[in-house]
Amino acid sequence: MSVHGNKPPKQGSRGPGPMAAMMRGGEKPKDFKAAFKKFIQYLGRYKLIILFAILLAAASTAANIIGPKTLGKATTKLFEGLIATIQGTGSVDFDYIGKIVLVTLAWYIASAILSYLQGWIMAKVSADISYRLRKDISRKINRLPLKYFDKTTYGEVLSYLTNDVDTINQTLSQSITQIISSVVTVVGVLVMMFTISWKITLVIMGVLPLSALMISFIVKRSQKHFNQQQDYIGHVNSHVEEMFGGHEIVKAFNGEQKSIRKFNKYNNTLYKAAWKSQFFSGIMMPVMTFIGNLGYVAVAIFGGWLTSQGTITVGDIQAFIQYVRSFTRPMGQIASASNVLQRTAAASERVFTFLEEQEESDESAKELKLGKIKGLVEFRNVKFGYSPEKTVIHNFSAIAKPGQKIALVGPTGAGKTTIVKLLMRFYDLDGGAILIDGININDISRHELRSKFGMVLQDTWLFNGTIRENIRYGRLDARDKEVVEAAKAAYVDKFVHTLPKGYDMEINEEVTNLSQGQKQLLTIARAVLANPPILILDEATSSVDTRTEILIQKAMDNLMKNRTSFVIAHRLSTIRNADLILVIRDGDIVEQGTHNELLEKNGFYAELYNSQFETADFSIAEPVALEGTK
Amino acid sequence: MKKLVKYVKPYLFMIFLSIGLLFAQANLDLQLPDYLSNIIDTGIQQGGVENAAPLAIRQQEMDRLFIFISSTNQTVVLESYTLVMENSSDFSEYVIDYPILQNESLYIRNKLKWKEIRTVSDILERPFVGVFILEQAIANPENATALWDALGVDPSTLPPGMDLFDYLESLPFINRKLILKGIISSFEAMGKNMVSQMAAFAVRQEYETIGMNMNKLQRNYILKAGGLMLLMTLLSVVCTISVGFLSAKIAAGMARDIRAGLFEKIEGFSGTEFDSFSTASLITRSTNDVTQIQAVTSMIIRMVFYAPILGIGGIIHALNKNTSMWWLIGVAVLALLVLVLTVFLIAVPKFNKMQSLIDRINLVAREGLTGMLVVRAFNREKYEENRFDQANLNLTGVSLFINRVIVILMPFMMFVLSGLSLSIIWIGSHQVADGFMQVGDMMAFMQYSMQIVFAFLLMTMMFILLPRAVVSARRINEVLQTEEVIKDPPNPKTFVEPFKGKVEFRNVSFRYPGAESDVLHNINFTALPGQTTGIIGATGSGKSTLAKLILRFYEATSGEILIDNLNIKEVTQQTLREKIGFVPQKSALFSGTIRSNLLFANENADEQLLEQAIEVSQAKEFVYSKPERFDMEIAQGGMNVSGGQKQRLSIARALVKRAPIYVFDDCVSALDFKTDAALRKALKESTGESTVFMVSQRVSTIKNAEQILVLDEGKIVGKGTHDELMETCPIYREIAISQLELEEAL
Repeated sequence: MSVHGNKPPKQGSRGPGPMAAMMRGGEKPKDFKAAFKKFIQYLGRYKLIILFAILLAAASTAANIIGPKTLGKATTKLFEGLIATIQGTGSVDFDYIGKIVLVTLAWYIASAILSYLQGWIMAKVSADISYRLRKDISRKINRLPLKYFDKTTYGEVLSYLTNDVDTINQTLSQSITQIISSVVTVVGVLVMMFTISWKITLVIMGVLPLSALMISFIVKRSQKHFNQQQDYIGHVNSHVEEMFGGHEIVKAFNGEQKSIRKFNKYNNTLYKAAWKSQFFSGIMMPVMTFIGNLGYVAVAIFGGWLTSQGTITVGDIQAFIQYVRSFTRPMGQIASASNVLQRTAAASERVFTFLEEQEESDESAKELKLGKIKGLVEFRNVKFGYSPEKTVIHNFSAIAKPGQKIALVGPTGAGKTTIVKLLMRFYDLDGGAILIDGININDISRHELRSKFGMVLQDTWLFNGTIRENIRYGRLDARDKEVVEAAKAAYVDKFVHTLPKGYDMEINEEVTNLSQGQKQLLTIARAVLANPPILILDEATSSVDTRTEILIQKAMDNLMKNRTSFVIAHRLSTIRNADLILVIRDGDIVEQGTHNELLEKNGFYAELYNSQFETADFSIAEPVALEGTK
Repeated sequence: MKKLVKYVKPYLFMIFLSIGLLFAQANLDLQLPDYLSNIIDTGIQQGGVENAAPLAIRQQEMDRLFIFISSTNQTVVLESYTLVMENSSDFSEYVIDYPILQNESLYIRNKLKWKEIRTVSDILERPFVGVFILEQAIANPENATALWDALGVDPSTLPPGMDLFDYLESLPFINRKLILKGIISSFEAMGKNMVSQMAAFAVRQEYETIGMNMNKLQRNYILKAGGLMLLMTLLSVVCTISVGFLSAKIAAGMARDIRAGLFEKIEGFSGTEFDSFSTASLITRSTNDVTQIQAVTSMIIRMVFYAPILGIGGIIHALNKNTSMWWLIGVAVLALLVLVLTVFLIAVPKFNKMQSLIDRINLVAREGLTGMLVVRAFNREKYEENRFDQANLNLTGVSLFINRVIVILMPFMMFVLSGLSLSIIWIGSHQVADGFMQVGDMMAFMQYSMQIVFAFLLMTMMFILLPRAVVSARRINEVLQTEEVIKDPPNPKTFVEPFKGKVEFRNVSFRYPGAESDVLHNINFTALPGQTTGIIGATGSGKSTLAKLILRFYEATSGEILIDNLNIKEVTQQTLREKIGFVPQKSALFSGTIRSNLLFANENADEQLLEQAIEVSQAKEFVYSKPERFDMEIAQGGMNVSGGQKQRLSIARALVKRAPIYVFDDCVSALDFKTDAALRKALKESTGESTVFMVSQRVSTIKNAEQILVLDEGKIVGKGTHDELMETCPIYREIAISQLELEEAL
């Protein structure tokens, strides 16, 4: 968990059941109908299976509901037999009772089997659908243009993949059939009660509006307090995160008391909302029990009276009592159904909106291949903007001849990586063209284009796998020997042998078992193995110690030999040696030329370069410290 | 858990009150089936006749009963009844309810206490049955030959004018007792209950003879019992809501107290404690873990306490109804226990596995996202998809397995419950037929057994919930019982005024707790007021640690740090830090406004001071470019300003303090060269007589310092000015060359 997460940690994402779901509320889809329609479409061939499972659930519930009424007959028979015994006119008919018990047992067994069958099927269905959703999302990630991720954070995408898919999964595996069986239970129980005695049923139904009223009152209250509580938890948590994250500042400026005062203020507000929220969500169950008990009492009084009048039998009372008892839980579940469905719709709305995002243009028709290229790169009147309103590159032309080294220079955030991104067609141009060996990069597939490039970024990216796997990422079919050769060329081999397990050492999830410099060297080895005709390099970095930095430099120099390379440059040696320097400022290329040409021009580059001597009292040049640590 | 228990204390009274209320609630809830059973057994089956002490009885009938009652008991009975005759004062009143009074005298029951009624009923019960049977036999003598044989009496042989009862009366009391025993033995063999039911039946016959309104009697009984049930239901809901209220107050209150305690404790922590717990973990402990405790506390009160009360109460009530069927409940509970245990033994290890697979899938997805450029640059989309698919398949497999195990629970549980009802009906009906219990009792037993099973399920649920809470509690306790490494001295001194700000390190070494080697080793230097001391070295050389030692964020392992010749351990941390303006490496801003952030250093700073500070820190241009200027909102962690802006504001904040000592910990890394230079120049002018520490990786930043300390692997390997060090210190020269690229310039 990040120290400066911008959202308060999600509370209780796996709630303890329908009660909690009812309390949460709040989340609503923009268009419920459309979201659900898409969801159902996505179910595809599973629709029929789900329908079947729903039927099973209904049948199972129905079988279960028949039980009490049948069983009531046994009790009645027993009661009559008993009276007869007392009056000396007969005895208990155990054959009949035994038969009833066996019949009921059969119903119950059927119900259990159907219910399990339903659960078994839905478990498979929901697992399959979740699998497919996750797979689709993961494929989608690789098909979306980079542009999409300018406005969407990784956190959001990950949340689609985990939280939203999980919500859908839950609904499929549990909620749907639960809702169905709740409805069947309520309807079925009502029907059964009516067939026994409409009078008592009407009396019990009198309790229903009361319970509906109470439930809605409590739900409304508790939702309000619950949301309030979440807000205040957010305040408390962000204060905690902030103060602990900036602990040194708090201490350095003697701010502890101030911080504690503020915390106590938040904490007390939270307390007030918290106990109310807890209270209201806590009394839901007792109140439901109370309503159940009211029904129970009603059955006892009216049932008792009607039985004494001979209108119904003792067994009927027993059946009624079992029915009343099984009434309250499904009522609660139905009450929460709308929230569950809303939540699911909201989740699927997000997921499907993501899945329907515009993908990168289809390129299956582009069959032109670059073949073995020399590495001539030409920018011709390139025009580009991240958004249509704001053009960052207006009219840029340059030619990189095969084997040349092109330095990209400019302050942080100036957009040096923009050029790189255009070159590799992460973004499409708004105007002009980029040509490689005279072929417009739009005429070939991205796959073909990128196969000619190697890339080493300052922001090293390695994945949770062995060192060998990470190097081989550059060329998947490389033999072990080739991997080691690449490692040697990138000065990786040396330090690998000091690591436990050597090439087979697993890089951990946070990539903390390698130093920054080692990571950098690994990414270079990866590019060496790929052996591309054109290279893109991002120079290191102030977070590496001097000796490693020299190694990295050497490795990069090795790599650049005989290749056309684009270098995001930080050091003077690179810049001076460059065949072409592109000076970038505010996202635009303001000057280009060699070091000497640019100095003569006496423009921005010269200004940057000369400003280094202002306070220097010795006559050597400082690095163009345009970019600091990231 | 000692420290945590402390937080329970203030709530003990409320907790005990809740437990009391829970007892009341359980008791009330458990009464309901009892009353239902009464309605069925007494109200319906016995027509509202509760016992064998009738409200009214004919004198003639009473005399017959007396045949079988000892004289002492007769007195007891007579004391409880009043004989009413035609000439009695309240005759007209009674005759409405008891029409037969017009022809016969009646005994009317006095107002008695429940216990007295019981006594009378016990006396009359068996005689009632006996007389009833005899009367039946007399009415249908042809059916009763067996009885006459058993008694050895033949009514037809009795002298004329003497009926059977006269004859019996003539016998000695011992004989009469034996005869009674003989008459009802066959019923007594069918259980005590059968006799009571027979007695009630006899009483009903008597009432009918008297001409009482049987319907009204029955209705009154049912309404009375029903009314009591309603009352209990209401009382019970009052109890639960009160418990809900109390538990909410307790849980939220305890959470508040623990949270406050934790926060205050952690605010007192030094860097050492923060490192050992990690900041992220401290945050989770004071947020999520406390929330967890809150949720579980309220559940403990409402369920963990309630479940055993309900369960044990249920067992007592159930045994009250019938002692020979308890094993049915035992079997059901055992079946559920086996089921739940099996499911959990199978599922729990898989749950852990699933969690790690979820983490895995998250990791792979996150890697795919953060490495998007690399993935696409190397055309590795397919590779990533396969990697993801593998993780996805694994997760799907395990989660399907778990789901399929879990779905067994519900149907099986339902089946066990239904099966329990069935068995109770089957076995219970035999018990009823044999007179061990009544039908209503059987129904009540069914409900009690459900309540017991329910209580049991509640308890199992807690066993699932509790371990999680225990983990949270342990994590919180760990924080609370941590001894701070850095404490203020008991008798703190203060700095001598006027404060100068000379900082001196004497043989200072520092080692992180548990580390194998020193981070700083034998550091000696003196920094003078009005001078800048630069500190340079590679990453990990101990520069920042040295800076933090000045503020006593960490305690030197050995050696002394003196300020104006006073060891910093001898003053309070507050006094020490009042003298220092600090700019950390990771510039943290707090949510609020630019102003609130600057004022954090010095609440009394005026506008002029603020403006001066942003001017020196080169933040003026940026602040003034915003329409709100100082009132511009800063988001949490300063996320809405760039790294460079953050650093400049962070420097401004330190300057607002107007401190005699400044520590700048590598805080200009995000500034471009020009700004860096301008900042240094302005700083030099504004810090004037202060002692300044400037930690940096850039030679240019510290080049002009009066004194530069070169650190390498925790040791000072060079001390002097830039020019001196270029001559004498090879490491310094190496750093300078690599940065300044001497070889090219030459």
